[in-house]
Amino acid sequence: MREISCKLLVIGAGPGGYVCAIRAGQLGIDTVIVETGKPGGTCLNVGCIPSKALIHAAEEFEKIAHMAGGKSPLGISVAAPKLDLAKTIAWKDGIVSRLTSGVSGLLKKAKVKTVQGWATFRDGKTVEVETETGLQVIRAEVIVIATGSASIELPFLPFGGPVVSSTEALALNEVPKKLAVVGGGYIGLELGIAFARMGSQVTVVEALPRVLAQYDAELTRPVVKRLAQLGITVMLEAKAKGLSTQGDALLVETADGKNAKLAADKILVTVGRKPVTEGWGLDQIDLDMAGKFIKIDDHCRTSMRGIFAIGDVTGEPMLAHRAMAQGEMVAEIVAGHKRSWDKRAIPAVCFTDPELVTAGLSPDEAKALGIEIKIGQFPFAANGRAMTKLGEDGFVRVVARADNHLVLGIQAVGQGVSELAASFGLALEMGARLEDIAGTIHAHPTQGEGFQEAALKALGHALHI
Amino acid sequence: MGEHIIKLPDVGEGVAEAELVEWHVKVGDIVREDAVLAAVMTDKATVEIPSPVDGEILWLGAEIGDTVAIGSPIVRLKVAGEGNVKAGGKPTEPAADTEAPAAPASPKPETAPAPKPARPVEAPVKAAPPAAAAKPLSTSSVGAPRAEGEKPLASPAIRLRAKEAGIDLRQVSGSGPAGRIGHEDIKAFLARGPQVAKASSLARNDGVQDIKVIGLRRKIAEKMTLSKSRIPHITYVEEIDVTALEDLRAALNKEKRPVGAERPKLTLLPFLMRAMVKAIADQPNLNALFDDEAGIIHQHGGIHIGIAAQTPSGLVVPVVKHAEARDIWECGAEVIRLAEAAKSGTATRDELSGSTITITSLGAMGGVATTPVINHPEVAIIGVNKMMVRPVWDGTQFIPRKMMNLSSSFDHRVIDGWDAAVFIQRIKTLLETPAMIFVEG
Repeated sequence: MREISCKLLVIGAGPGGYVCAIRAGQLGIDTVIVETGKPGGTCLNVGCIPSKALIHAAEEFEKIAHMAGGKSPLGISVAAPKLDLAKTIAWKDGIVSRLTSGVSGLLKKAKVKTVQGWATFRDGKTVEVETETGLQVIRAEVIVIATGSASIELPFLPFGGPVVSSTEALALNEVPKKLAVVGGGYIGLELGIAFARMGSQVTVVEALPRVLAQYDAELTRPVVKRLAQLGITVMLEAKAKGLSTQGDALLVETADGKNAKLAADKILVTVGRKPVTEGWGLDQIDLDMAGKFIKIDDHCRTSMRGIFAIGDVTGEPMLAHRAMAQGEMVAEIVAGHKRSWDKRAIPAVCFTDPELVTAGLSPDEAKALGIEIKIGQFPFAANGRAMTKLGEDGFVRVVARADNHLVLGIQAVGQGVSELAASFGLALEMGARLEDIAGTIHAHPTQGEGFQEAALKALGHALHI
Repeated sequence: MGEHIIKLPDVGEGVAEAELVEWHVKVGDIVREDAVLAAVMTDKATVEIPSPVDGEILWLGAEIGDTVAIGSPIVRLKVAGEGNVKAGGKPTEPAADTEAPAAPASPKPETAPAPKPARPVEAPVKAAPPAAAAKPLSTSSVGAPRAEGEKPLASPAIRLRAKEAGIDLRQVSGSGPAGRIGHEDIKAFLARGPQVAKASSLARNDGVQDIKVIGLRRKIAEKMTLSKSRIPHITYVEEIDVTALEDLRAALNKEKRPVGAERPKLTLLPFLMRAMVKAIADQPNLNALFDDEAGIIHQHGGIHIGIAAQTPSGLVVPVVKHAEARDIWECGAEVIRLAEAAKSGTATRDELSGSTITITSLGAMGGVATTPVINHPEVAIIGVNKMMVRPVWDGTQFIPRKMMNLSSSFDHRVIDGWDAAVFIQRIKTLLETPAMIFVEG
């Protein structure tokens, strides 16, 4: 049995873990990172990046298919496009592999030692890793748990055969003719929309009264409208019950309590993600939990001294950029810097069609806190750039305190609004007031002008509406 | 020009490593031979490491709080002449570092960039006071704390700067729009100093300061944990009438000193020590060390009394060796000498070890009773509480008497409660009738 010792050991090389290790390496900390798969975790390998690649391919395909139908107002006509999904997936895999090897290179550059294998805690200072070449024991002064999350499996719809998780959906070789999506959250809708654009007949089965329930109804309205345009059937307040005996249909209990049979080649189950808290010896170290997540404080410290936890395993929002920020912070804390979690906003993006972006408080959340607010909303129908992109649906909305105009939250829905997340996040983090946004020159013609106009609207003097 | 490497010398008997508690030099300093470079702490004593040569400090090999093995390099100096690092000779880790900054084993080049981000914070702190105090801005930038739960409004750069300077931003009011805190506000806050934070009192403080337990405090912590986790304590409190003893003490202190004899002023301690010597003569099992792993009680003939003493850096226990062979004056003189050595930090390792029983005194502070922690692996500790005049019922009336409590703990594994009580009662008798202390045989 071989043994190595280090100052910092990071378990899991997802966005949280690898950022933590790179930053620690930069700070001169003797760091080891353990990962069983390829570096990059869910995000790079089976999450953010590959899904965005597929979504982009689907968008391109649908655009051309639309033109081929002779319906394009742009005056472009083309022959009917064909999609070779296997090739699309290979292209996507190429991007993923470039990025994962990029992460490996960055780790190496930061002098981080990578150990490949499954890590299990022996005690609070020692981890055993089953590697290809045998058992490797690693002793560390500080350990960071960054084990991430995994798709939740429904007991009556176990993954396998036609039932797939998002991971398998991102590796299909053929576009399923009929796709049933169980769960109308952001992962289900992102992928459901992508497959619909590639030609699948998609049905979304959602147990709640509406899709994208974490967003307010006003914000999701343009998405719901688009679902209908794409021919996606949405069954609300409906419960998936299981797979038909032949395995070619999903059994559903509809809103009015009737049983329905939904023919499907593939059934994509996206009912959420759960923290990976099993299989790595959590029982050996007995950390305090917050529900199903590992309990952490504002330094990402767990209940055991010398053990930190970051990313999805520590709770909502389960977003790569939250994990990255935590990872960076923990590395600096280990290096002796004074740091604590003091972020004002974690922007969230949903890559549906149209896209959604939120940062800070929604109007309802602000009201629930008892804050008197002003809201400014500007529609893309009045934005020149949106018009030229055939993307007039959607709007930017700014929520601010009524008394001092401090911006509390910003939301947008529309084509390509994901890129506005940067300025939304910056505005909140800097503590901008409505006047700050209104007083910043926003380049014309861009969709970003909508942000400035929304702030002007809240101040009562929008210029273009 | 050459290089000289200083390794951690052997600082005491049988010690394999020592904790670095202080650096007296930093990289770039020019040092002379015999100048003190660092202080390390062994089990009990702090030992200074002098420089054997003249030179310029190039590299420091440990941080405060690190445990350093004897013989490992701790300082590298640039010296005139060849130095002790052979070029092309046996490659030593630090030697490789200077010439090739990229060498992986070099702590210096990698840790060096770390302090940099702190500098912009430090600079304004030092520069601010004279300028900012005169500015009218300071009135607006010091104000009431924010409402509970309300986060101070500041950009990430400001938040980082405040964090590194240890400022609670909730106590800084912002002069910017919507009360936003700007760099000027931080500067003004720093210029006004910490009393401003106090002025805006009643603010909730959720701050947590992490203080590394190092040096003597770590030794004390380890020792106390060992004592309390290994030894089942029994604590016995008894009150003693020291009126007669105090009269005797006053008389002895008043007595003209014989010419040539260095007689110290007597405190109560020498009397207690002599009383203990007498009581131990009857109960030698109280003057012992219990090796519980071997299951052996080492009962000592020599009575070496440890005197717990508070020093500026923490608790230390100098030892009066062979109290059985010292008269009351010698005991007194030795206590004074050791207490001074402990306070000035010059007590040697030998003077701080080897006790067989200990006295602890919080008498000066008051307090009715204490629960002394036995000095492991001893089996008994005598605690002295404050002497005070209390009314005592003599059968017909209350009379004022000088009373003092003794709070004493015993290792209940080897000392029964009865024996403990007998021991203390014997001491009580001796102290209440102090002439008995001086009776031989």
